[in-house]
Amino acid sequence: MKRSRRQFLKVASLSVAGLGAQLAAGGVTKAAAAVKPSYKEDALALKAKRWAMVIDTREFASKEDFDACINACNFAHNVPEIPGKTEIKWIWKDAYEHTFTETTNKYQSKEIEDREYFMLCNHCENPPCVRVCPTQATYKLENGIVAMDYHRCIGCRFCMAGCPFGARSFNFTDPRPYIKEINPKFPTRMIGVVEKCNFCVERLDEGKLPACVEAAPGKIHFGDLSDPESEVRKLLEENYTLRRKPALGTEPGVFYII
Amino acid sequence: MYNSKYVISGLVIFLAVFSYPFWGNLASKDYTGPKLSLPADQKQCIEPVEFMRAEHMTLLNQWRDSALRDGKRVYVASNGATWEASLQKTCMSCHTNKAEFCDTCHLENAVEPYCWTCHVPPKGNE
Ligand code: SF4
Ligand code: SF4
Repeated sequence: MKRSRRQFLKVASLSVAGLGAQLAAGGVTKAAAAVKPSYKEDALALKAKRWAMVIDTREFASKEDFDACINACNFAHNVPEIPGKTEIKWIWKDAYEHTFTETTNKYQSKEIEDREYFMLCNHCENPPCVRVCPTQATYKLENGIVAMDYHRCIGCRFCMAGCPFGARSFNFTDPRPYIKEINPKFPTRMIGVVEKCNFCVERLDEGKLPACVEAAPGKIHFGDLSDPESEVRKLLEENYTLRRKPALGTEPGVFYII
Repeated sequence: MYNSKYVISGLVIFLAVFSYPFWGNLASKDYTGPKLSLPADQKQCIEPVEFMRAEHMTLLNQWRDSALRDGKRVYVASNGATWEASLQKTCMSCHTNKAEFCDTCHLENAVEPYCWTCHVPPKGNE
């Protein structure tokens, strides 16, 4: 039998359509049988429009005062303690002139100048680190927290160049051997990714205050900056506070009572 | 045909070798999957086992995005039960034996997921 080109095309297109329909139908029934995902927030989750931190620097004098917070953060987040220039820092302390680089008067209170100050990510309202990240591994949440998804970090370090506060650290080596005691409830990081303070978003989401706040009761305060009734707003009204490098316009969310 | 003796025997040998995977498998025993060590105190996983077997990576990806981007850290399973969307806190609290659960199957399937460069496996299975 000799088929015409026309006949051949008819048969061929019909069979392709039939095959496609069968695959699609199979796909649909398979999808219907599959699991429908649904997610919700923890009922205990702490919520805010704009999380902010107020550090009462008058309360931090001895090494132990600082270490309590630093150790609490390091354990909660598996932050390694690597000596030297490749160190990883989420929260750390430094001198006045390094913290408030724009407010160094020649003659001023010796006591304030000699004090040491906590530094951590400021969870800026206009975070340059987020603007420069090419993979959206770092991003701003609706509650003002500048968070990271380490799965997406490619280690380009643009965010480290973008952050004017030195709040970010890069893993030059595998951090695991440098973690004193591994917290099984939080992941570690791997070589080649950047990390920083996350304002304890994983704790807030389950109803707990940040680890450093919990470790320094009455010394570090945490709350909603957008709520005029919040504790942090009251503290800001009643006390003289500074922020780091305010002239850059990143609008830091960490305030220092001086 | 020229040299039909050689050509035909050559063809027969070629076909025999070429179709070895088919008749070789017919003769051998049925494939059995790897033996996994399952949690002794649990009857079922958070979703049906077929779904978990095929889709656990998809589910974990959704967990990650939901927890990290939307702040929704509670997973509502198809049977209505709720679970914290966390590999370490939920999955590994039952599947405490990474070597005889995750690794055995991944090895069999020649996949090398790099979850464990960051996620902490349960104690004693490092
Ligand atoms: S302090 Fe640095 S890392 Fe933190 S949000 Fe601001 S720019 Fe980004
Ligand atoms: S808010 Fe959390 S992550 Fe940030 S420094 Fe304090 S303890 Fe560390």
